Amino acid sequence: MMWPEYITVAALISIGLYGVMAKKNLMKIFIALSLMETGVNLLLITIGYIPGGTAPIENGNFAKYVDPLPQALVLTAIVIGLSVTALALTLLIWYHSKTGTLEYRRGMRW
Amino acid sequence: MRKVVAIILASAFFAVLLVSFSNIQQADYGEKEYYYQNPINGSYANESVPSHYISNTKNETGAVNAVTAIVVEYRGFDTLGEVTVLFTAATGVSFLLYKTRGGKKRTEANLILKEGSKLVLPFILLTGAYIFIHGHLTPGGGFPGGAVIASGFLLMMLSYPKFFMKERAVSVTESMAGITFAFIGLLGLVFASSFLQNFLPLGDAGYILSAGIIPIIYIAIGFKVGSELSSIADKLKEVQK
Repeated sequence: MMWPEYITVAALISIGLYGVMAKKNLMKIFIALSLMETGVNLLLITIGYIPGGTAPIENGNFAKYVDPLPQALVLTAIVIGLSVTALALTLLIWYHSKTGTLEYRRGMRW
Repeated sequence: MRKVVAIILASAFFAVLLVSFSNIQQADYGEKEYYYQNPINGSYANESVPSHYISNTKNETGAVNAVTAIVVEYRGFDTLGEVTVLFTAATGVSFLLYKTRGGKKRTEANLILKEGSKLVLPFILLTGAYIFIHGHLTPGGGFPGGAVIASGFLLMMLSYPKFFMKERAVSVTESMAGITFAFIGLLGLVFASSFLQNFLPLGDAGYILSAGIIPIIYIAIGFKVGSELSSIADKLKEVQK
C-alpha cells in the first residue's frame, strides 16, 4: 500500500471540492475544477503502478512493466482537460464582458 | 456559514476517499489474473488485459511503446473522438472570441526575450516534431509533441505583441491532419477488415519505419493538436478588457 500517493489524491480532490463549494469567483471555481481533475489523473496513474515496474516500452532488459492502459487514458484526459479549461475561460471572458464581474450570482440574467 | 459547511463536507469527502482507497489491492492490480468468459465458446481466458497489452503489443502492432499502441491502434476510435472534442473546443473558442482581434496596445518585450525567443523557436519546433515522429519508440507522441509546438508559438506571442498566427495556414493544417486521420481509418476498412486497422507492413520493431499506420496517425495528431492549441492561444491573446 502506497499511502502518500493516495493521501495526495484525496487531498487534491477534497481541496477542489471545497473550492467549488465555497468560492464565488468563477475563475477560482475553474482552478478548483482543474485541481480535482489533476487528482483523478493521479489516482488513475497510481492504481496502474506496479512496484518495481518500469515504463511500458519493451526493450528486453526489464521483466516488469507498469500497466499501460491508465497511462493512455490519462494522456487523453489531460488534453481534454486543457481544451475544456480553455473553453471555460473563453466563456468567462464573455460573461465578464456582459456583466462586468467574475462573481457568480443566483438569478442573474445575462 | 457557507465556508464552514464547505469545509465540513470536504473533510468528510476526504475521509470517505481515504477509506475507499484503503481497500484497493495495490500490489497485484496489474498482475492479478482476471478471468474473462469468451462469448463464443464459453471458455475462460487465462489472461488479464494489461498483461495482454504488455506481452503482445510488439507482435500485434509492431510498436515498442505500449501506451502509443493502445492510444492509436487498440483504441484508435477513442482517439478520433478525443481529437473531435479538441476540435470542438477550439471551434468554440474561435466562435466566442471572433470579433476581439486588435485589442488594446501592449508594451514591447525587452531585447533579451525577443532575440532569445527567436533563437529558441526552431529548436522548440524540432523537439516537438521529434517527440511526435518517435511516438511509437520513445515516451511521448502526438499530444505532447503538439503541445510543445504550441508552446513555441506561445513564446513568440509573448515576446512579439504583433505576432499573429496565419489563420488560413492554421485551418488548412488542422483540416489536412484531421482528413489524414479519418482517411487512413477508411483505408483500413478497404484493405483490412475494420476501421483504423493496420494495413501496412509492420517492419522491424524499434526502428522509425515500423508499426504500420501508427507513425502516420501520430504525426497527423501532432499537427492537429499543435495547430489547434496555437489557435486557442492566439485567440485568447487578443482579448479586450
